Amino acid sequence: MAGTLNFSPDDRYNAFITTCREAPFGDGALAGVAIAVKDNISTAGIRTTCASRILEGYVPPYDAHVVELLRREGAAIVGKTNMDEFGMGSTTETSAFGPTQNPVDPSRVPGGSSGGSAAAVAAGLVPMALGTDTGGSIRCPAAFCGIVGFKPTYGRVSRYGLIAYANSLEQIGPMARTVEDVSRLMSVIARYDPRDSTMLDRPYDHQPSANISGLQVGVPEEYFGEGVDERVAENVRDAIGILEDLGATTVPVSIPGMRYALAAYYVICTSEASSNLARFDGVRYGPAVDTRKTWHEAYQDLRQANFGAEVRRRIMLGTFTLSAGYTGRYYAKAQVARRNIARDFERAFCDVDIIAGPTMPTVAFRLGEKNDPLSLYLADILTAPANLAGIPAISVPCGRVDGLPVGLQLMGRQFEDERVIDTAFAYEQEVRA
Amino acid sequence: MITESDIEHIAELADIGISKDEVPEFTLQFNAILEYFEVLDSVEGEGAPAAGTTNVFREDEPRPSLPQEAVLANAGSTEDGFIKAPRVM
Amino acid sequence: MKTIIGLEIHVQVSTATKLFCGCSTDYQDDAPNTHCCPVCLGLPGALPRLNKKAVEYGLRVAKALDMRVLEESEFARKNYFYPDLAKAYQITQHDKPLAVEGTVEIEDDEGHEKIIRITRVHLEEDPGRLVHVTGASKYSLVDYNRSGIPLLEIVTEPDMRSPQEARRFLNKLRTVLEYLGVFDGDREGGLRVDANISLEGSERVEVKNISSYKGVEKALTFEVTRQRNLLRRGQKVARETRHFMEGRGITTSARGKEEEHDYRYFPDPDLRPLRVAERVAEIDLPELPTARKNRFMEQYGVSLNHARTLTGDPKLADFYEEVAHIDPALAATWVADTLLGELNYRDMGIAAVPPGHIAELLELLKAGTITDRAGVQVLREMLDACVEGRPCEKPTAIVKREKLGRAAGDEFTSIVQAVISANPQAVEDYRSGKEGALNFLVGQVMKETRGRADPRELRRIVSESIKMGGV
Repeated sequence: MAGTLNFSPDDRYNAFITTCREAPFGDGALAGVAIAVKDNISTAGIRTTCASRILEGYVPPYDAHVVELLRREGAAIVGKTNMDEFGMGSTTETSAFGPTQNPVDPSRVPGGSSGGSAAAVAAGLVPMALGTDTGGSIRCPAAFCGIVGFKPTYGRVSRYGLIAYANSLEQIGPMARTVEDVSRLMSVIARYDPRDSTMLDRPYDHQPSANISGLQVGVPEEYFGEGVDERVAENVRDAIGILEDLGATTVPVSIPGMRYALAAYYVICTSEASSNLARFDGVRYGPAVDTRKTWHEAYQDLRQANFGAEVRRRIMLGTFTLSAGYTGRYYAKAQVARRNIARDFERAFCDVDIIAGPTMPTVAFRLGEKNDPLSLYLADILTAPANLAGIPAISVPCGRVDGLPVGLQLMGRQFEDERVIDTAFAYEQEVRA
Repeated sequence: MITESDIEHIAELADIGISKDEVPEFTLQFNAILEYFEVLDSVEGEGAPAAGTTNVFREDEPRPSLPQEAVLANAGSTEDGFIKAPRVM
Repeated sequence: MKTIIGLEIHVQVSTATKLFCGCSTDYQDDAPNTHCCPVCLGLPGALPRLNKKAVEYGLRVAKALDMRVLEESEFARKNYFYPDLAKAYQITQHDKPLAVEGTVEIEDDEGHEKIIRITRVHLEEDPGRLVHVTGASKYSLVDYNRSGIPLLEIVTEPDMRSPQEARRFLNKLRTVLEYLGVFDGDREGGLRVDANISLEGSERVEVKNISSYKGVEKALTFEVTRQRNLLRRGQKVARETRHFMEGRGITTSARGKEEEHDYRYFPDPDLRPLRVAERVAEIDLPELPTARKNRFMEQYGVSLNHARTLTGDPKLADFYEEVAHIDPALAATWVADTLLGELNYRDMGIAAVPPGHIAELLELLKAGTITDRAGVQVLREMLDACVEGRPCEKPTAIVKREKLGRAAGDEFTSIVQAVISANPQAVEDYRSGKEGALNFLVGQVMKETRGRADPRELRRIVSESIKMGGV
């Protein structure tokens, strides 16, 4: 059943950086299905930019593992989607290729950093897309655009070929309009890859089931505190009520480590990023470094010209938090905080099977509205904890506020991705009925 | 409190360029963020031993390397199979 | 004034593939950038995978040096920016190396046994190779074939007290590593040394860029002199890093470029920790140099000096054991003294010599079929042929061809008679007690027999002839 898919989308929202007008496809579970891939995932022969000028012209000589799997199942890879530069952001506004607009309201951000993938799915350009989630980068745009986005358990999907931002936090995950499609895509990409030493051999092979009778659902007070828009909170509470109608029982829980979560997250991700992004020196790839200058001068000039302000800010933060004299205060403390949060979740999961709350504290804000870095960081407060703990988390649409989508976030125990999918499926099927 | 001169020093250490007019804004933003990070000072407990897998190995069996053209393909400038880089002092 | 020396040795371990990827380590004669993959090239998105054999080799070394392997060991990133460092960080081991606290036994300058303490041993990857282009334009050329090659870093305590001691330590370490089968001594650049040296009471100087282990003694001797001269002039020794210029035999200041680097070490999040302490018990070490030396003395009755020489190189020791059965003492002399001398002269390694050929030679010597002198000639002809790439002729064939067989007694008689008749004065001198005259006469016979006769036997024959002759 092999062939070529013609793909000429009306990309008015700037969801794509690169489109493959004639995308080959083959036989398999995804035969002929158009899939968009976030542009930080390596695709052999197709330019891969991470939405940054520092990778201008880079064409990877190899496929990421997930891309190999997509091709093996016959998918048509139709394009590379827009994102915040190197994944650093929650709005897709830091892209060197211009921001992506939210298809629900084009004056607003689609969320980030997988904003392009979310917009492509929400606008109906593709049925499914791959995103990546480091501190909420799949779930946030899924919530803002009104689609389904899933971050797998850390170590369940290979990171081989994912251009690293924060190695200990990020995962590639599926995005689609329905939970069933998310699950279908997950079945293809969650296969063991020995090339990723942080992976475990836990393939995902699951048909979603809507039966959640007897499920214990924890509702953390920290997810409904100040800073969360009241109307968003109300939508989510209603959604949790529906879970109860379906046979689940809600239990109040607490994640006391939450107060350290965002600081720990940003220390860890900027520290890792400062190391990961140092390799872009214009020697082996990227815009050619000026070989008439001396090494340090050339390297600094290249990075200043080709990294955006947010990327440079985070690299400097991460350099600082790892530097002699400060690493104990920041990096070491952040790792302790992280382990405490993971233990908080473990403790909560002794009493409950799923934890539910809003994905984002607000609905999508306007393009250009948030330009203060710190206030943008605070938007990750509800999503980052799942990355710190390495647990699976999904965002599924649950109503609107002012016409803008709200996301219900469901989190589960490590390697109980299937249960998270089932809970989301049960809710989705109920509200569609 | 991070000063503008600290910011310039950090930029040097990170080998990342920032322009003169970016320095004041970066300094303000940096300080706000570090102030937010101060909450970590009150974190209690010691690092726990690593959880998760250990001893993840690969056998010592050769695999094909990339052909030289593929290695050089993305490089800005090459010479006789070498990749060109700026001179080090 | 006491000299205090510590060493940091980087050894390329002889695995088939690199430390974190499957690229082959056999790149020595190949074109640049032909042994690279996304991982060792530092392409975005590539991930490291740890070579099991490299860890095993590291554990073997740790056990041989009596070290304590850490319960948990991990890899860390050492961050700095340089064109030969593909990822802009080197994956190494920092807070939790593979093993700590070991010892190596050497002889000090007085010939007494001395312990050099080993601080730590850890694994790390080699960066690529930089070639500096000078001229009208100046730039660098990078070859990433070496990027990712596995290195074992061995750090000593500052226990050495002289450049000679440092050289002896390195010789011993190198031999042990070859015995363990983890290091190939013939590999160019396979062993590199940084040294720390100070005179008691003065600042410590680091000397880098010593790429031959013979250069270590040269570099350190230069440093001792340089530092002594400074102090003698009333100046201070600056704490600094210096580079060794092999060609000129001097060290030069690294122009203050090596300020304290902040490498911002943190555990590499792409790799999992190691828990391999229990595996040490399962490791079977081969017989190590000191034990082998002692066994050679006991089992073969070889002298201490010969034992030392023979066991100084595992390949030479193996060779000896293959031919020793013919006559251990004879074999020891011929292998350790004669053969080794001829090999060194031709810059040849023992690997070029078929043991069977030497065994045959020894048999000929033992049976008295040829003299020692003829034996040397056979050896030289054989080795010359090996060098020139012609097939290695067997000793018996050479003997036959050159007619080097020991001359039988009768053959001599006529020659002896001829010489005695031709030299009446010498005969007269010998009769009157001048031993030197006999030597002269024997020499004349030797000339005629072209060395095929055994000198001692000749002396007997000539002196008997003279006594019996009574001319």
